[in-house]
Amino acid sequence: MWLAPETLLILTILVPLFAVPGIIAANRFPNRREGVTITASIILIYLVTTLYGLVQNGTSIAIKGPALFPGLHLSFEIEPLGMLFSLVAGFLWLVTTVYAIGYMRGHHEKNQTRFYSCFAIAISSVMGISYAGNLLTLFIFYEVLTLSTYPLVTHSGTPKAKEGGRVYLGVLLSTSVLFLLLAIVATWYTAGTVEFQKGGVFPPETAPIITGTLLVLYIFGIGKAAIMPFHRWLPAAMVAPTPVSALLHAVAVVKAGVFSVLKVCVYIFGLDLLRTLPSADFMLYLAAATVLLASIVAMRQDNLKARLAYSTVSQLGYITIGALLATNAGIVGGAMHIAMHAFGKITLFFCAGAIMVAAHKTEISDMRGLGKSMPITMIAFFIGSLSIIGLPPTGGTWGKWFIMTGAFDAGKWTIMIVLMLSSLLNIAYLLPIPLRAFFSKQAYGKPVQIKEAPLPSLLALSFTALGCIFLFFYTQPLYELASAILQ
Amino acid sequence: MTAHFPILQVIIPLLAAPLCLFIRIPRIVGIFAILVSATAFLISCGLLQEVITGGTLSYQLGGWAAPWGIEYRIDKLNGYLLLLVSGVSTIVLVAAQTSISKELPENRHTFFYTAYLLCLTGLLGILATADAFNLFVFLEISALSSYTLIAIGTDRRALTASYQYLVMGTIGATFIIIGVGLMYMMTGTLNMYDLAERLPAVYESKTVLSAFGFFIVGVCLKLALFPLHLWLPNAYAYAPSITTAFLAATSTKVAVYVLIRYIFSIFGIEFVDMSLPLGDIFLFLGLTGIFVASVAAIYQLNIKRLFAYSSVAQIGYIILGLAIETELGLTATLLHLFNHALMKAAIFLAIGAVVYRIGSAQLSHYAGLGKKMPWTMAAIVAGGLSLIGVPLTVGFVSKWYLVVALLDKGWWPVAVLVLISSLIAVIYVWRVVEWIYLTPPRIITDEIKEAPMSQLIPIWILVLANIYFGVDTRLTVGVSKLAAQSLFGVN
Repeated sequence: MWLAPETLLILTILVPLFAVPGIIAANRFPNRREGVTITASIILIYLVTTLYGLVQNGTSIAIKGPALFPGLHLSFEIEPLGMLFSLVAGFLWLVTTVYAIGYMRGHHEKNQTRFYSCFAIAISSVMGISYAGNLLTLFIFYEVLTLSTYPLVTHSGTPKAKEGGRVYLGVLLSTSVLFLLLAIVATWYTAGTVEFQKGGVFPPETAPIITGTLLVLYIFGIGKAAIMPFHRWLPAAMVAPTPVSALLHAVAVVKAGVFSVLKVCVYIFGLDLLRTLPSADFMLYLAAATVLLASIVAMRQDNLKARLAYSTVSQLGYITIGALLATNAGIVGGAMHIAMHAFGKITLFFCAGAIMVAAHKTEISDMRGLGKSMPITMIAFFIGSLSIIGLPPTGGTWGKWFIMTGAFDAGKWTIMIVLMLSSLLNIAYLLPIPLRAFFSKQAYGKPVQIKEAPLPSLLALSFTALGCIFLFFYTQPLYELASAILQ
Repeated sequence: MTAHFPILQVIIPLLAAPLCLFIRIPRIVGIFAILVSATAFLISCGLLQEVITGGTLSYQLGGWAAPWGIEYRIDKLNGYLLLLVSGVSTIVLVAAQTSISKELPENRHTFFYTAYLLCLTGLLGILATADAFNLFVFLEISALSSYTLIAIGTDRRALTASYQYLVMGTIGATFIIIGVGLMYMMTGTLNMYDLAERLPAVYESKTVLSAFGFFIVGVCLKLALFPLHLWLPNAYAYAPSITTAFLAATSTKVAVYVLIRYIFSIFGIEFVDMSLPLGDIFLFLGLTGIFVASVAAIYQLNIKRLFAYSSVAQIGYIILGLAIETELGLTATLLHLFNHALMKAAIFLAIGAVVYRIGSAQLSHYAGLGKKMPWTMAAIVAGGLSLIGVPLTVGFVSKWYLVVALLDKGWWPVAVLVLISSLIAVIYVWRVVEWIYLTPPRIITDEIKEAPMSQLIPIWILVLANIYFGVDTRLTVGVSKLAAQSLFGVN
């Protein structure tokens, strides 16, 4: 190894950022421009896998950057949860870029240079979030992520996009400034530190009323975790081009939210403290309500992307539940579900985009019989749905299994019932789509011929669909990484 | 030579101002003014360096000993602000070279630089002097020259705006001089540190109390504390852009300095505590000002007025820090003085560049400029983000310290209100962003080009300073802390 581990860590943040001038410089040459993005994402994958290897060998990697305030540094540290998140985001960036080439060109989108630039900045901030060593660093990259994805949400520049952008920015910025920042400053003030530490940072004599209030502030403040009533931004973000919805609003941004929730629960509060807080119970049931309500709302959406967005809200609730259960299995399940749901949901969004490009359909009611002209896409959609529902042989099974075990360990019967009900609802709103595509008559009596999405997009969605199945059989590394959080 | 730095700082621009009238060739006068301001900046760097390592500097004007002669005294507080004022002034002057050519008739350029240097003299003088009456004189120099700077443009509305400012400013100045007179009556001295020693003996007298009252109202008029801010939005909106950038970044800041100096170094915090519920008044006015002015900013159609209202709101934050009456609160105030100057200088200079290209400050004319003037627009957005307090900008540093100070005092509801108010800033900044990037242009504007380099470079120096001081806070936080400590330590 010819680079120090610390350098590798910094490079994961800088490589996507350095790609931006390259992307802008190649403005007029689309092939070269996408070449820059793909090169950067391949380098990024190399970097995160190398780091993963180092972490497996027990190397501890931490950097203390410049002090923003006396005693409060920009700092980075790799721990298993962050490793897992950065691996998922890093891999899927490459896949999404391949997909985006097909989609953006097939869809004749404008301002593609801006699109790829903002995308790269967003990935850079996701890397910053995954490796953040304290709350301040996390907060900084969290806000950068919000701002860098705003131009992606409003990409089309239509009044609807403007409206969506307002909701997006409004909810995410106000929750983070009002609750999250306040919680961070208050933590700094009461605990004297905001570093992530095993077992939490609060001294034992801290009044429960303070820690209890802070937990509520954190959970609401991390608006990206989309706990109701602060979930409206996610459906609003669906005006963005589909690759954005796929990577950012099914993987990077929302997972940055639940990742932060997990991180705060494990490393700021500590599971022992969390178990004793009455407000943790309250938030747990709120998350459970989110899971159910979002599933019900999802059933009533005819627009495919809107249905997927509400489904995401619901699935994020699972991870928050896993974190707030404060049991070992809950945390492991939450962490694994980050990866599992990522593969499942990105597949579904890829399919939604493929349908939009190839068949120009956005409404579910128009998709009957589509399986005959887009068989590969629809099979991938089927696999993705199974993973979201949590049925074998797909990876989604494991995440839900462990969260369920976690609820059992904590003795929360209501939560178990909610999880089961929600799985039934998942079946009801996801499976009919591929089934009707294959077994119903076509909505319009057109001659049937195969017309799939452009090849890069098709490759990407097949890859992630196969990934869902692969993760069912090859779970061990993921499980080890997730359980390493607790050691 | 270095021993004379405290006075050279003031005297060089003062002498240079009339010299401008002799040079007369506008281009050369412009460069001359930059050189003068840069000299002042270099001197202030030297001064701050010396103050940090060697402690307070005292300079006897003409060799006359302190209570009788005029004393100039540089400590950490005014050393830090001298650096800010002369630094911003220099950067603004660089942009002025091209900017004023569109906004002022050719024959007024020399007058503009003359008035500008006089205004700079006034501001630096206020900061440097340790004599209460001398301070008033400089206050008037800066005020009279800023009335000129506002009215000098071609926009006729600037005349009434300047007149409005003149009336309000004169009332403020009169109140201040009444205050100084009453204090002189009671103590027989005008030197600030002598006053501080003699005042405690007469704390009980009603004369001192009324001196203080007159004084506070007068200064609050000058610094545009809500509800005494009415002169500010028009003055900023209709003045030439360079004037706005300079005054917004420096003049209200210097007025806040005067307030801090009087409260902490002359009257002393104990007197303030026992005489007036100043903390409560400032808390109330600061908070109301933040909310009223921020909401007013949302509804503005002229972008200069929009950011002028935002300035009134930001003054609210500065005053709020004072209202906390702790060392942490004062640190937050001093930080925000510096940081807000950086934000507003960047924003108003960028707006000036737009006025230079399209000749308008109406928000509706910004439609589609994101494509035509990407660098200028990016600067406005960066300044706006700093105003909101996004991390990695100076605004975040200020907000962090203010919230920590509020929590330390136990005023958490106020902390929540402060955070809510920064969301209102999101609204007015985002209105601008939507006009710039998301609104299709109404008129075909092919001939609009990016701003010239001579303006882009100063704008981006300020934008980068916004980011630099948002990450490396050693200078700003360090000096603010030391200054706050010494202000509390003295008393």
